[in-house]
Amino acid sequence: MTDTLINDKNLIDGRTGKWEVVLGLEVHAQVTSKSKLFSGAATEFGAEPNTQVSLVDAGFPGMLPVINEVCVEQAVKTGLGLKAQINLISVFDRKNYFYADLPNGYQISQFLQPIVGKGTIVLDLAEGEHREVGITRLHLEQDAGKSLHDQHPSKTYVDLNRAGVALMEIVSEPDMRSSEEAAAYLKKLRSILRYLGTCDGNMDEGSMRCDVNVSVRKVGDPLGTRCEIKNVNSIRYVAAAIEHEARRQIEVIEEGGSIRQETRLWDPGKGMTRAMRSKEQAHDYRYFPDPDLLPLKLDAAWVESLKAGLPELPDAKRARFVKDLGLSDYDAGVLVSEKESADFYELAAKGHDAKLTANWLTSELFGRLNAVGKSITESPVSAQALGELVGLIEDNTISGRIAKDVFTEMFETSKSAAAIVDEKGLRQVLDTGAIDVEIDKIMAANADKVAEYRSGKDKLFGFFVGQVMRAMGGKANPAMLNERLKAKLAG
Amino acid sequence: MSDLTHLTIAAALDGLAAKKFSARELTNAHITKMGQAKGLNAYITETPDIACAKADASDKRRAIGDKVGALDGIPLGIKDLFCTEGVQTTAGSHILEGFKPTYESTVTTKLFDAGAVMLGKLNLDEFAMGSSNKTSYFGNVINPWKRQGDNTDLVPGGSSGGSSAAVAARIAMGATGTDTGGSIRQPAALTGTVGIKPTYGRCSRWGIVAFASSLDQAGPIARSVEDCAIMLGVMAGHDPKDSTSVEMAVPDFRKGLTGDIRGLRIGIPKEYRVDGMSQEISDLWAKGAEWLKAQGAEIKEISLPHTKYALPTYYIIAPAEASSNLARYDGVRFGLRVPGNSLDEMYELTRAAGFGKEVKRRILIGTYVLSAGYYDAYYLQAQKIRALILKDFTDAFKDVDVILTPSTPSAAFGFHENEDDPVQMYLNDVFTVTVNLAGLPGISVPAGLDSNGLPLGLQMIGRAFDEETLLRSAQALEKAANFTALPAGV
Repeated sequence: MTDTLINDKNLIDGRTGKWEVVLGLEVHAQVTSKSKLFSGAATEFGAEPNTQVSLVDAGFPGMLPVINEVCVEQAVKTGLGLKAQINLISVFDRKNYFYADLPNGYQISQFLQPIVGKGTIVLDLAEGEHREVGITRLHLEQDAGKSLHDQHPSKTYVDLNRAGVALMEIVSEPDMRSSEEAAAYLKKLRSILRYLGTCDGNMDEGSMRCDVNVSVRKVGDPLGTRCEIKNVNSIRYVAAAIEHEARRQIEVIEEGGSIRQETRLWDPGKGMTRAMRSKEQAHDYRYFPDPDLLPLKLDAAWVESLKAGLPELPDAKRARFVKDLGLSDYDAGVLVSEKESADFYELAAKGHDAKLTANWLTSELFGRLNAVGKSITESPVSAQALGELVGLIEDNTISGRIAKDVFTEMFETSKSAAAIVDEKGLRQVLDTGAIDVEIDKIMAANADKVAEYRSGKDKLFGFFVGQVMRAMGGKANPAMLNERLKAKLAG
Repeated sequence: MSDLTHLTIAAALDGLAAKKFSARELTNAHITKMGQAKGLNAYITETPDIACAKADASDKRRAIGDKVGALDGIPLGIKDLFCTEGVQTTAGSHILEGFKPTYESTVTTKLFDAGAVMLGKLNLDEFAMGSSNKTSYFGNVINPWKRQGDNTDLVPGGSSGGSSAAVAARIAMGATGTDTGGSIRQPAALTGTVGIKPTYGRCSRWGIVAFASSLDQAGPIARSVEDCAIMLGVMAGHDPKDSTSVEMAVPDFRKGLTGDIRGLRIGIPKEYRVDGMSQEISDLWAKGAEWLKAQGAEIKEISLPHTKYALPTYYIIAPAEASSNLARYDGVRFGLRVPGNSLDEMYELTRAAGFGKEVKRRILIGTYVLSAGYYDAYYLQAQKIRALILKDFTDAFKDVDVILTPSTPSAAFGFHENEDDPVQMYLNDVFTVTVNLAGLPGISVPAGLDSNGLPLGLQMIGRAFDEETLLRSAQALEKAANFTALPAGV
């Protein structure tokens, strides 16, 4: 990669100067599908061990794989979502190695001819900065089972529920230069997958797993030797693992050593990476085309129809929110980062002021939800209810000030805004006569201040507003109050 | 009818339909004979109880006028490579000894749905790797044929040696086989029986223990071309569970046997005149061509220029696929397990004890040719030659309809002949492997006896999915050869 990616703030200070960290990510995303890639067995998370295993998954003699078309469709949709080339012919290969949780002794994967080729993803960075990262490829492959080493003192148990589940391996170009960028990449990728409905992106359930390729170099030098950090299972850990690994590599080099190409494991307990196996110890996977499966051929018209049916993705949605709804790029970015938030927003803003609704969502609701640790899908205030509250502000039923109190109650009780306003008599006073009566009372009680104001002490205007508002329980329409007060004080 | 076991399937079906005898009588005759022929070691597992129950069910269907299948009441042997529900399936290997599948292969399901009666599971070379049946963990199968005046035991061919021996010895009316490089046609040739390997994709591979997935194909061994046509008609057909099985209607093969081969163009490939071919084989081949010509066919010399590369190509591709296919026999989920102190040690001990010498040899070859640094030189190169071999045939079939060749370079041999040199053994497949590499249908028909009184076969090769023409020409050959010899004592 070229100098265009160099950004001073990303460089790491070492003893011998500034270092650049170069990052590429391999993400294994579990395809959202009812059944496995090559068998009819179910894929549900959390089932009892070995209850979702067909004879094919368990590698019984004479069993043959049959491709699940839903998984192919999901991979193609994902490829389209990543603006990637869809390969109309792709080939399944066998990746051969022995392990107890790999029943066939090989994993069916795609090696030389993946289903999806080069694509791009746009990172949303701090301060509204956006940057493009290349996608190298996406291929379909089977997951392995799970070895359980803690069930018996000397034996290992094997759970094959996951064996054969479809994964998309999504490989990025080595285009990232900081842990923040890697985190932004994962967030954006997860967001796109969720928008598409092709992977639920739940890292804690293992349905999205990440391997990170890390190397360091002095600015302007060719790429350094990379280490692959395996199975880093949260975005926070990815960032931490990169920070640690980059510093480790810099130290090794600055102390006169060199980096060995190796696979390393992230140890979240110790906050460090440790060597797993070197290049010399690497498996020879003996890839060859799986003779049980014919090359996968896609119909161009079918791919086009999937393309036409794609949902609006975060980048397009953000652009639309900015262009059509007048939101700031920042607010739009916050709203679209999760599909659920964007959906919530669009529902809430229906028929209401777009910016006002966005403000209420990003500054009020998100804040409250954060405070109680809930997600937008668990919000006690529904999108419609929030829209209704905005509506009450728009038609002057309540003021923005009162609306905050109403919102607090809505959040606590899930009652509708209108009900709360009625119950508590919070309806705004729009009757100029009633406002005049209160203004007159306050002016009469504060004749000295009136005199001061009239002699030029303009600052006292706020005092009168406050007094009248308090007297009216905050319910006076602020604009009307201002207008009437100005007129009266002017004499 | 003195001995029901000598009937062809076609004749037995007529007899059953005419109620001349019952399916139970037919089955009993075979079970009795199986008892007398135990010395052949053709069966690994005999299933007389299942056979009798199936035969009785068949008789009942006929008695009450229920619908009967195309093989209703016909006793067959099943190569022990086909998974059979609840019946031990070994693939001739110690590593699968005692393995009872909970499922039935597609091909055997079709046979049993058509009313066929299973007599038992037939011996074979371990994982179908061999041309002599000497590699079976369950012992050699003895060919019922002997050289005149010589009591030496001879091989029945392989890998479907139990199938060929059983059909020749009249302890099965027909048998299933599988053919990866000649494993149906070579044993058929060595036992005076008829065996057809259909086009790749014609029969489902689901439930058949895999040897080399891109080459394996199921087919029947029987005592006449017509019987093979009947059996193949039942065994063939698209199976959604096998992605390589072809979605294509199965013609009525038996109906296609019109006896008329006038105008058919028969190709004689010059490259099949291999060095050291015996005069007997050469003469028989020429005779075969004359027989067909006499019935109105036209004989043409053709060229299949890449033939000489077929054996090395086969012995790269087949072991490569096998090395991967056999990785699942690891002691973890089924079959043999020899415990070890670590996972790797358990693998090593299990596979060392579970696999025989020939299987190990092929796993080693296959692992080697797929390894980093060798893949391009071996596997990839072999795939390219495979494509050229297919092109040879495609070109040839522009000028001819069927190709005629010998089935094997020699008649049945003794167990200690060809013993030390695996390459010599592999040469048995020289005429048959090309057909697997090209995915074409091939059939071996008994055409005569050699000077020792042993059967010799001629092979015919057809266009992809044109088994009809192939069977029709094979029947013409069969008629002219009029092979009626029987093994001594049968």
